[in-house]
Amino acid sequence: MRRALWPLVIFLVLVIFLAVGLNLNPREVPSPLINKMAPPFTLPLLMQSEAQFSPKALLGQVWMLNVWASWCVSCREEHPVLLDFAKKGIVPLYGLDYKDQRSNALRWLEKNGNPYTDSAVDEKGLVGIDYGVYGVPETYVIDQQGVIRYKQIGPINPEVLEKTILPLIAKLNAKV
Amino acid sequence: MLKCKSQWIFGLLIGLSMGVTLCASLMSVNPSLALPVPPQTAPALPPIQNAEKRALDQRLQQLTEELRCLVCQNQSLAESHAELAVDLKEQVREKMRQGLSNEQIVEYMTIRYGDFILYRPPLKWMTGVLWFGPGLLLLIGLGVLYLGLRRKDNLIKETNLSEEDAARVRSLLDRSPSNPPAESS
Repeated sequence: MRRALWPLVIFLVLVIFLAVGLNLNPREVPSPLINKMAPPFTLPLLMQSEAQFSPKALLGQVWMLNVWASWCVSCREEHPVLLDFAKKGIVPLYGLDYKDQRSNALRWLEKNGNPYTDSAVDEKGLVGIDYGVYGVPETYVIDQQGVIRYKQIGPINPEVLEKTILPLIAKLNAKV
Repeated sequence: MLKCKSQWIFGLLIGLSMGVTLCASLMSVNPSLALPVPPQTAPALPPIQNAEKRALDQRLQQLTEELRCLVCQNQSLAESHAELAVDLKEQVREKMRQGLSNEQIVEYMTIRYGDFILYRPPLKWMTGVLWFGPGLLLLIGLGVLYLGLRRKDNLIKETNLSEEDAARVRSLLDRSPSNPPAESS
């Protein structure tokens, strides 16, 4: 009798494996950049087009870098969450305007509201490649030492913000 | 008996299918079926430069076939026309022009996108199950098959017939239609 159960046991193990596999999100590729230094770059800013932006300027504080574009549909979904987050003023939120046209980006922000302290304009998407961007929007939490502590792939929803990002920021801020 | 049979057949099937999957996946790593990139026309270049360019294109094609497009994950960079794939191909071309080796370019990609970008997963602790799992399952399947067959062999035992049984066999063999035995057993 016990031997007859073996195929059932094997079957159940297979089912468990397949169920776990099906529930993983293949879009979420773990970033090798977590706990590594945020790649340096210098790019022109969106609002003050004359000025340059470099992450170095933000050393010593926790900040967020949100990759967005006016052509990005999911960014619209995320936008209210970012506006809300910016209103709280917990940490600076910078944008990386990825493969976008300046005029479109400015119009988009005017229409939907601007949560960013400012955005760096990555017209060719080369900085995006350095950051391993493959699906906009993506968001990075960067600590005082300039190390990437978290990467959100896809839109931030209120749940991720409340349960993951805000506690992480609080923890990073408490460290100093 | 039947139970035992179904058990090892099951084991064998799992083992075999995993083994076959492994072989298939290893062989399909380098898909020769990938559509060739149409040669770019550059009539203005002198023949030597043209040959150089063609060599570079070929090298680019070969390398990007080994790199996964992160946007459409079942395509290689060579196959994909997603915007990011085009950008990454351009990056690879640029690095090649700068004289970087294939290994250096692959490293450049994995620093940014992780091992996921490689169609040939590197042998690491994390990927051990991936590399050895199917073979292990095949071995387990073969083991179960072997044990099952041996058990079946053990069921057929050669034993010495007792005197009584031997006499009975003899009487049964002797019995023929023309010469029926006096007593029936």
